[in-house]
Order: sequence, then C-alpha cells, then structure tokens
Amino acid sequence: MSTPLKTLRGFGLLGALAATPAFSAALEGQAEKQPLNLTAIVMFFIFVAATLCITWWAARRTHSRADFYTAGGGITGFQNGLAIAGDYMSAASFLGISALVFGSGFDGLIYAIGFLVGWPVIMFMIAERLRNLGKFTFADVASYRLGQKPIRTLSAAGTLVTVSFYLIAQMVGAGQLIKLLFGLDYNIAVMIVGVLMIVYVTFGGMLATTWVQIIKAVLLLGGASFMAFMVMRSVGFSVDELFRSAIAAHTDGEAIMAPGKFVKDPVSAVSLGIALMFGTAGLPHILMRFFTVKDAVEARKSVLYATGLVGYFYLLTFIIGFGAIVLVGTNALYLDGAGLRGGSNMAAVHLAHAVGGDLFLGFISAVAFATILAVVAGLTLSGAAAVSHDLYANVFKRGTANDVDELRVSRYATIALGILAIGLGIAFEKQNVAFMVGLAFAVAASANFPIILLSMLWRGLTTRGAVIGGSLGLFTAVLLTVLGPAVWVKVLGHVEPIFPYDAPAIFSMTVAFIGCWLGSITDRSEQARIEAMRYGEQLVRSETGYGAAAASNH
Amino acid sequence: MSSMPSSAQPLSAQEAAQLPPDVLRIYQSAAFTELRARRNRLALILTVAMCAIYYGFVLAIAFAPQLLAIKTGEVITLGIPVGLGVILASIALTAIYVRYANSQFDRLSAEARRSAQA
Repeated sequence: MSTPLKTLRGFGLLGALAATPAFSAALEGQAEKQPLNLTAIVMFFIFVAATLCITWWAARRTHSRADFYTAGGGITGFQNGLAIAGDYMSAASFLGISALVFGSGFDGLIYAIGFLVGWPVIMFMIAERLRNLGKFTFADVASYRLGQKPIRTLSAAGTLVTVSFYLIAQMVGAGQLIKLLFGLDYNIAVMIVGVLMIVYVTFGGMLATTWVQIIKAVLLLGGASFMAFMVMRSVGFSVDELFRSAIAAHTDGEAIMAPGKFVKDPVSAVSLGIALMFGTAGLPHILMRFFTVKDAVEARKSVLYATGLVGYFYLLTFIIGFGAIVLVGTNALYLDGAGLRGGSNMAAVHLAHAVGGDLFLGFISAVAFATILAVVAGLTLSGAAAVSHDLYANVFKRGTANDVDELRVSRYATIALGILAIGLGIAFEKQNVAFMVGLAFAVAASANFPIILLSMLWRGLTTRGAVIGGSLGLFTAVLLTVLGPAVWVKVLGHVEPIFPYDAPAIFSMTVAFIGCWLGSITDRSEQARIEAMRYGEQLVRSETGYGAAAASNH
Repeated sequence: MSSMPSSAQPLSAQEAAQLPPDVLRIYQSAAFTELRARRNRLALILTVAMCAIYYGFVLAIAFAPQLLAIKTGEVITLGIPVGLGVILASIALTAIYVRYANSQFDRLSAEARRSAQA
C-alpha cells in the first residue's frame, strides 16, 4: 500500500464515494498479507458460533415465505432501527471514513454527512407508505396498481444490478481486509464470507439476518464508542486539544480543518450528493427491512432510531479519525517507510491497538469481519427475494406459485447468489472495484427510487412511463459510469474520460424522472386509464394503512 | 420535489363508482383530506429544509471552501460546527416528523379508517 495520503489522492470522487473509501484504498493496491492474528480469529469464531446458534434458532421459526422474507413481521421498530443502521455501518464506512478523516481531516466529514442525509428523505417520503403498500419487496409497492410483469421485471433488474455491484465491492473488500486483519489467504477469506452468508440466509432467512445485523451493530457501536471515549480521554476531553494535537501531528497542518481536495467542481459535488441522498432511498436491502415491522408506526420508529444511530456512529468515526492522527500517526509502531503499516484503511484498527492493546485490536478486527458478513447476508437476501418473489412467483408463475415452492426457490436463489458472490469476489480480486458501490447508489437513485416515489405519489404514473423511465435511469447510470473517469480511465486505461464527472446521478436520475413523466402523459392506452382509476384505492391504503397486510401471519 | 402530490383531488364520478364503498367513505372523509393535506405539507417543508441545508453545505464546499475555513476559535474552523450541525439537523428534522406523526397523523389516520363503517 502507498501512503495514506497518496492513496487518498488517488481516489476519484466516485472512488471515495459510498462506503468505498476503505475498499478503494484496499483495492487500488493489493493489501499485504499480515501475520496470523490469533486473538482476532478466536473472537471471530466466538461471533460465528453465536450467529450460527441464532441461525439454528431462527431456522426453526422460518416456515413460510413471510418468515423467510420479513421474519414474519415480528421485528420491533427499535430492533429494525438497529438492523438498518447495521446495514449502513459497513466495515467500509467504519474503516473507510475514519481513514478519510485520518488522511485529510474535514473531508471525511463531508462523506459521512452525505451518507446520513438520505435517512430523513426516506422518512418524509417513503417509509410509512412503503410499509402500508408492500409485503416482501419494493416491487410489491411499485407494481401495486401497475402491470405486474413489466414492473416486477424492471424492479428485479434494478435490485439485482444494485445488489451485484454492492456485493462485488463488499466481497473484494472483505477478501482484502481479512487478508490484512487476520492474515488469511484472499480466496479463503472470500469463501468463508460466502459460505457463512449462505448458511445464515438459507436456513435462518430474515430473522437470522436481522439478528446477526443487530448483534454486529451493537458490537460495532460499543467498540467505536470505547475508542472515541479513549481518544477524548487522551486529550483531557477537550475538543480544542484534540484538534490542536491533530494539526500539530498531521503533515497537512491546518488544512485538515477545512474542505480540501475532494470536491473538484460543483456538478460533481451535487451529483454525488444526489446519489447518496436518493440512492439510500432506493437500496433494496434497506427498503426490504421496512416489511419486517408490524405497521407504519413501527416503520417510522425504525427510521428515527436508524438516523440517530447512524448520525452518532459518524460522529464517532470523526473522533476516531482525528484520534488516529494524534495517537497512530505519530507512533513509529504503526508506521513503516511508506506510511501506515498495512495501508491507509488500518487507521481505526491501529487506533484500537493504541487505546486497547492486543485484546481490543482482536475485538475490532473480529467486528470488522462480522460487519462484512452481516451486510452481505442482507444484500443476498434482498437479491434472492427479487428472484423468487418478483421473477419466479409473479412474473414466471403469474402469481399462482404456492408458499412452499416460492420458499424453495428463494433458498436456491440464495445459494446461487452466494456462489456467484464468491466467484465474482475471486474474479475481481486484482481489479479496481472502487466505483462499484458508487454505481450501486447511482442505479438505486436512478432506477429504483423514481419508480417507488412516483408510483406512490403520482396518480398519472403508468406502466409504460415507469418502464421507460426506470430502464432509462438504469441504463444511463451504468453507461455514464463506464464512460466516466472511474471506469474509462482508471479501469480501462484510457487517457481522457468521455463523460467528465465521476457521479452520474444528477443526469441519470433526471433522465429517469423525465422518462417516467413523458412516457406516462403520452400513454393513451386503456390500461393507463385503468391504472389511474386504481390510484384512489392505493392512496387510501398508503396513507392510512387500511387493508394493509397485517405483517404477521401467525 | 416537484412530484409531491397536490392535496386531495375530488374523485371523478366514474372512479368513485368503482371504489369499494368502505374505501370510498374513507377517501371522502374529512379526516382523510386533513391527514393528506397536513402530512404532505409537513413532508414538503421538511424535505425542502433538508435539501436546503445539505445542498447549501455541499455548494459552500464547492464554491466557498475558504468560508468554512474561517476560524471560530483558537483552532476550530466554521466547517466543524456547520458539518456537525448538518448531522444534528438531519436527526432533528426526522424527530420533528415523528413528533407530528405521533401527535396528529396517527389520530387522523385512525379517524379516517373508522369512517370505513357506514
């Protein structure tokens, strides 16, 4: 790995986008393998043993589709808030944002904020209505009064594209980070992650996935709180003293207290903001969690808890990053000739050692591994639901599939996705996949979010409009990413990008909304007329929950 | 967002005719109209506020980074309280929505559902 600063400068805006800082740093150079870390491995085994017990417990309670997809709707608002926050607090945001803060101070905060601001939007526009209208997947909502086949096919495509890009980034990042933290071989690390995730999801469904996520969220919040506390203690609980020491310790000096080199131009900055803000509201694994609670009231509670927890978590990473500048960046134990030992992502990990010794280092390493596992399990489950519930049961079987068959298909889909994830993780080992999470957010904001929002709030949306707008958004987001600096230059090796910006969302989301609108208002079909007529009934249900599926079937 | 709905449109006679009677009663209830008007207004205000705060922050970084570098204390720059302020504002706006929802929307929603019975 190069020095942290060099690595960080190497990011494109998109590279640094979205959970990717950690991974992109881990991925731009090959992570060097560390000596076997026994404490960490023992702690990780304890975590795995505990989660397998949970999976066994959950498996005995998972009999129906509703159990598998939504834990029977029996998750409380607080539990769901923790699980959602857990989905969001990936190893990448923990290690990545603290690494960004370590590398350039204030700039790390810009990213942290971008990740948070999507939550209020979900609350104001989506959460309650989604719960009232849907059952298992967001396609239930989008296709509520529109054509089942085209809308579910489109939503499943949006889901699978989002999930695949996210999964590749997570798997490759997992392999690299585990190589770093545990000293395990890359391929073995990827396989362990893949196999454990298949086991959790296939047997334990949403119930196991949720509890694995909750446990991890508690461990991560606890660990990060301890680190932030120890950092503040080392500076006598004085914020001024923390910043003063950091400025003194950092090679950039006072520059770390102000916006620096990340934001290149206003278009990129706003486009990135749009991807983060509205992409969050289109991430299938996040949206699916709203169906695990009893009703709209619990859904609302979960967003508030999640927003609070995620906000708190990013405050911690900010303190941790500055703490690392002071306690890690000045300690020869954690440095080698080039910079941080093990690469820039190791800032928080070294800080764990600095404030808590070998035992705490092992704990944080194990939590980082657990985090990856929990996140990929949620991703896989949402991908599997798109295959079994949307494609198999509603497109292929036209809604006639029985519970048992659909459940079986969802398990096959989980296993297939898990194997695919392992394969992709291994295939992309040497690739720079930094753009992938950025792309996942852009697709979510451009293909999934417009359809969900308009189907709920605009009477005029027709099947034709949704299909045109959604596909255009999906296509534009992918195309512009490929033609932009992150892929065209960094991956394909061309000199100049065809599309100048790293973040396509400002264009691709606009295209999607215009496509939906234009495709709908020019739709004079009889079907369009019927769809508009159904809006009244949908509106009553979405606003009041009248007739909404009682979440729990037992 | 331009896509926020207008407040309750009256139903066309044709649309009203094909709604189930209980759903129609809810749709035409005063509570339902009030619920939609109030919730949409609050959601719109809060969404606009959130976007103004966030994109204001982003544009300040893009156009006037030196503004955020102004020192407010011995070492602390304006960017730090502003950045933390955006985080706290996100949480606060979400909490405001929940407060209104708990105190008003749930009541109106229950009232609307009750009007399903003739």
